[in-house]
Amino acid sequence: MNNNNNDFSLNQRIPSVMIADEEVDFNQYLSSAEMSAIEHEVSIMETRESVGIEALKIVQQHRGWISDDSLIAIAQCLNISSAQLEGVATFYNLIYRQKVGHYVIHLCDSISCHLTGYDEILNVIKQHLNIVYGQTTSDGQFTLLSNVCLGSCDKSPAMMIGGKHYHSLTSDSVVAILNGLSQNVGEGND
Amino acid sequence: MTNTTPNDSSSSENWLEQALAQALTKPLTHLINLENPLDFNGYIKAGGYMGATKALKEFSPKGVLELVSDSGLKGRGGAGFPTGMKWSCVPALQEKKISTDSPFNQNANEHENSYLICNGDEMEPGTFKDRYLLEGVPHQLIEAMIIASYTISANKAYIFLRGEYFLAAERLQHAIDEAYENKWLGENIQGTNYQLDLYLHTSAGRYICGEETALINALEGKRATPRAKPPFPQVSGLFGKPTVVNNVETLCNLPHILKHGSAWFKDLSPDSDPGTKMYAACGQVKNPGVWELPMGVTIRELLYDYAGGMKDGANLKGLLPGGASTDFLTEKHLDTPMDFDSIGKAGSRLGTGGLIVLGDKHCPVAMVLNLLQFFAQESCGWCTPCRDGTPWAVEILTRIEQGQGSHEDLTQLNELCDFMWLGKTHCALAPGAVEPLKSAMRYFKYDFEQHIEQGCCPIEANKQNHQEQLVSNKKEANHGE
Repeated sequence: MNNNNNDFSLNQRIPSVMIADEEVDFNQYLSSAEMSAIEHEVSIMETRESVGIEALKIVQQHRGWISDDSLIAIAQCLNISSAQLEGVATFYNLIYRQKVGHYVIHLCDSISCHLTGYDEILNVIKQHLNIVYGQTTSDGQFTLLSNVCLGSCDKSPAMMIGGKHYHSLTSDSVVAILNGLSQNVGEGND
Repeated sequence: MTNTTPNDSSSSENWLEQALAQALTKPLTHLINLENPLDFNGYIKAGGYMGATKALKEFSPKGVLELVSDSGLKGRGGAGFPTGMKWSCVPALQEKKISTDSPFNQNANEHENSYLICNGDEMEPGTFKDRYLLEGVPHQLIEAMIIASYTISANKAYIFLRGEYFLAAERLQHAIDEAYENKWLGENIQGTNYQLDLYLHTSAGRYICGEETALINALEGKRATPRAKPPFPQVSGLFGKPTVVNNVETLCNLPHILKHGSAWFKDLSPDSDPGTKMYAACGQVKNPGVWELPMGVTIRELLYDYAGGMKDGANLKGLLPGGASTDFLTEKHLDTPMDFDSIGKAGSRLGTGGLIVLGDKHCPVAMVLNLLQFFAQESCGWCTPCRDGTPWAVEILTRIEQGQGSHEDLTQLNELCDFMWLGKTHCALAPGAVEPLKSAMRYFKYDFEQHIEQGCCPIEANKQNHQEQLVSNKKEANHGE
């Protein structure tokens, strides 16, 4: 942000990261795999607008997260404004508008986990990875996020990583899981 | 819950035999297999798609509506609205009042297309019943959706599934593909001329999408804020067309009502709301889980006979009977039957029928704070009472929980409960947050006051004292040696 109150020049007030929609051409930006997956979704729904969330998920699957460029390209492809799509993208927990690590840990912080040891599991993860909520480890392996109830209340505490749910977590099991995943990245088995 | 894996043919025969023995008492769950759900052929062999066959070949849409209305099935998503009544508001099922002779009404017999949406956005904290149905017997839901779509004259139906249920999504998509291959979806279903396309939509994680009009906005690709009602979705819903949104468990009852009739359905629970219910228990109980039981089992039976009672030697402090957005009940309500009316009379709601149980070794203020944090985070931000009220409640509760609260804070919390109550908000999210908050302040008043008077959490302080006592005892013992 510009802290100089006397300077009202437009250029300086706009953050340097902001990208004008015209600077992106979705035909060149999106890969053919992404485009055909999006068009398949469009063929199912009544309007192009209505596949916003699917399109965001498709691009995120290919690129790991939704950058400003990706957002603009998808919006162009769907014939809607990037502002409208941003309203959708930021509404959801599973769309990442910032770069995330190779694995995103979604730790359930809702009531059943709260009653059965969530605090301890969170502390173990924080200490083991040396990050807090919203941060990514320096090696880019893990990002830690909270998640509302994962629907695993009969086997709480629970977390979700890469579409897989892990149940009945203990201080030991959570470390073992993270170490196992970490090894996967190292060996390129993922 | 049946969990055996039917891996080889003889054990699979055994499994099926055992499962079918419960077909009439546990219609929803008797075919559940979480390890290895029945594929299309297995489901057919177990009597699957018989309900849909009956509906399509022996009943008119109105006939199905009458049967389901007569069965008394109430919605299992939380509100308990009669399913037949919800369906009957769809224009295609309404009696025409205007004469068809009128020149202005030449198309009166041709109704516009309607949509069926299955609400599988199960995100209510403490609720996980639908996951069992989705992961354990996906074809049952597809059969149910064929019946419901046929009834409301829908040619397109959507399953709206929460984004975190990856396994359910995989299994449902596989089942949908199988149903298409076997002519149970698509054009001319089973030679009946009826056409239905069924699609799976996976969401991306937001609680408010479970509210039916927010869900419709989400499906249209809009930011998922709830819509104003009326018009109700049955009249103007998805893309402005008549739309019915039904919960997973509600729908899953349909094949069985078609197969066995409405009298059988009512006989399942003669003294209560008709049918069975997927009850659940989680939190500080010995044996958390899901059980399909006749409607109207008492809280005591559910808590002690099924969930195994309190764990770690704790005593019952309170419980939420049907998910995070229901009022607390306590020890004195244990003999209340778990049905819509009885739980309502006890001052709470049946909601989703999943108990969240709190023991006396855990701080009730901390529990309520956790619940309110959830609602504050998941508020869509559309209306002021909810957008500003829920974080405000979190701020006050945090202060109290940390021992920095005052008695004025309690007054202010009570006022907030009024500001966020029904009639002052755009949808039911904020009132849902008020329910556990207000009831906790009533039942656990002493605990709230002790936090303020002692300037700390008494339960945490007790635990610490106990720890220190243990350490000093140990030290003394060591000195003695």
